[in-house]
Amino acid sequence: MQVTGTVLTTRRVDAYHALTVVAPGIAERYRPGHFVSVAVGGAQTSMITRRALTVHDVKPDYGGTVELVFTVRGPGTAWLAERRARDTLDLVGPLGRPFPLPRDPVHCVLVGAEYGSAVLFPVADALMERGCRVDFLLGGASADRVFGAMRARRMAETTTLTTEDGSLGLRGKVTDALPSVIADTRADAVYACGPMETLRAVTAVAIEFDIPVQVAVEESMACGIGVCMTCVIPVIGDDGATRMVRACAEGPVFRGERVRFEDVGTIPFDALGAPGGGARHAG
Amino acid sequence: MPVDMRTFLAHVELANPITTAAGCAASGRELAQFFDLHRLGALATRSITMAPRAGRPTPRMAETPSGMLNAVGLQGPGIDAFLERELPWLAQRGIRTIVSIGGGTVAEYSELARRLADAPGVTALEVNLSCPNIEDRGRVFAREGSAAAEVIASVRSIMRYDVPVVAKLAPDVADIVAVARACVDAGADALSMINNPLGMAIDTEALRPSLAAVTGGLSGPAILPIAVRCVWQVHAALPGVPLIGVGGVMTGADAFQLILAGACAVGVGTALFHDPYACLRIERELEDLLQARGFQRLADAVGLAHRPPGSAPRHLLVDSEESSP
Repeated sequence: MQVTGTVLTTRRVDAYHALTVVAPGIAERYRPGHFVSVAVGGAQTSMITRRALTVHDVKPDYGGTVELVFTVRGPGTAWLAERRARDTLDLVGPLGRPFPLPRDPVHCVLVGAEYGSAVLFPVADALMERGCRVDFLLGGASADRVFGAMRARRMAETTTLTTEDGSLGLRGKVTDALPSVIADTRADAVYACGPMETLRAVTAVAIEFDIPVQVAVEESMACGIGVCMTCVIPVIGDDGATRMVRACAEGPVFRGERVRFEDVGTIPFDALGAPGGGARHAG
Repeated sequence: MPVDMRTFLAHVELANPITTAAGCAASGRELAQFFDLHRLGALATRSITMAPRAGRPTPRMAETPSGMLNAVGLQGPGIDAFLERELPWLAQRGIRTIVSIGGGTVAEYSELARRLADAPGVTALEVNLSCPNIEDRGRVFAREGSAAAEVIASVRSIMRYDVPVVAKLAPDVADIVAVARACVDAGADALSMINNPLGMAIDTEALRPSLAAVTGGLSGPAILPIAVRCVWQVHAALPGVPLIGVGGVMTGADAFQLILAGACAVGVGTALFHDPYACLRIERELEDLLQARGFQRLADAVGLAHRPPGSAPRHLLVDSEESSP
């Protein structure tokens, strides 16, 4: 649904920005893993594609608020970063398919890189409500790019932090620390969000340990609602066939082992409808 | 008094002139989560091809000033899956559907028409002529009147007489009127314009083209003036041919421009990416604009900007002299 939300508060979280927006209908329907899309630039803008944003927190205050986390990457997100309390935002959401949650109280490792960590906090809340044990593994290039370390420490059984420059926690990437975290916590499942390369490596580790892994991908989108067909990635379906599926509509959450990370940005030759299948000529 | 928004695509009546633009509403179900699709004048499908198509590699999209480039490459399920799943879903709900088709040869377009000829739920058939012709070194059909006409003539001969065949024209051609005329002479019942003009953007960080496919179709408000120009020229040359104006429509005023230029229906595309409710909003805004200017019927505004300077707008005289029945 579409909501004109009022910005309640804005804050900087290290290298990232967070906006809390009053958006009752969206907050009510939100499940962990959903995202929202926001129009940027105001009414007379020349920026016509929406920005897909991660939901970090949902609260029942004022009829329902959502906290959105993003980093400034271009003029659209720069405009968002300039929003102040009482400004209005055009939001559509909640969008996408949420994370599936286990029925039993199992041990879960939540792996987040950069601001991809933000989406894991609502997941952690939902898992803990079900009696699951939650352990966080968060990382980034440097200390100011590790999102949510404090909150993770308060919530989780254990929290492991990694930075590539060694300014916080272990030196290296989240995937360097993941095998020992899985072993130490005797994890039954992995939940991950972050750049494609991180998700590829997280999935590889989970497969090695033979435990299920759910990943939320960050793919650039124009519409967020499944009509523009620009956010596609190659994913293996239940029938074993690879299809180019929309990260916004069929995702953003996928079973990690189903995503063909090595082939993201290409059309694999064996994908359904790949060139060479007799239809190469049209369009 | 509400404005009579009905319009005709050849002999097919649409409750209002606003349709989705081909390729901008996926299978229809995506938009149905937001509003009742019956409120559209018609829904245009993505261009259906014979075989399933995976489309182009990503990145497929780049935002540009007041627009975007896309190189999706007609990703779609192919005609079999379309007839099995997508069209019946629309037909069962009674949603007016303009089915768009795309092919690489005249034979492929003809085969698609053959498959669709007996399918229930096809309100009109739109022929996407902006596909590379593999029998002519990949030059798109829409570039040349004779190639476009060959496709249209073949499709027209196959489709049932009561299903209008609409030719979708490209703007980047030397003479759009010549291509339009060739299509009409070949039997097109209506014309739709414009498809995306080709554009390109370069990522100044990566120092490479922004799109994996290098070039892509430009859409959004940046191309509205091109659409208005094309509709104007074609309506001036072929005033009796129904035109669907498409290209960068974001507001009711944008749609009104196309109608005044000669379109009797208006396709909304990229606006849907920005606002899923765009079609309903644009229809409402258009109706308000017509009402504010004293129009009783949308049909009275079609092509009205072509009247010579200084002449009175006829519709206003008619409604003051003649009382309604």
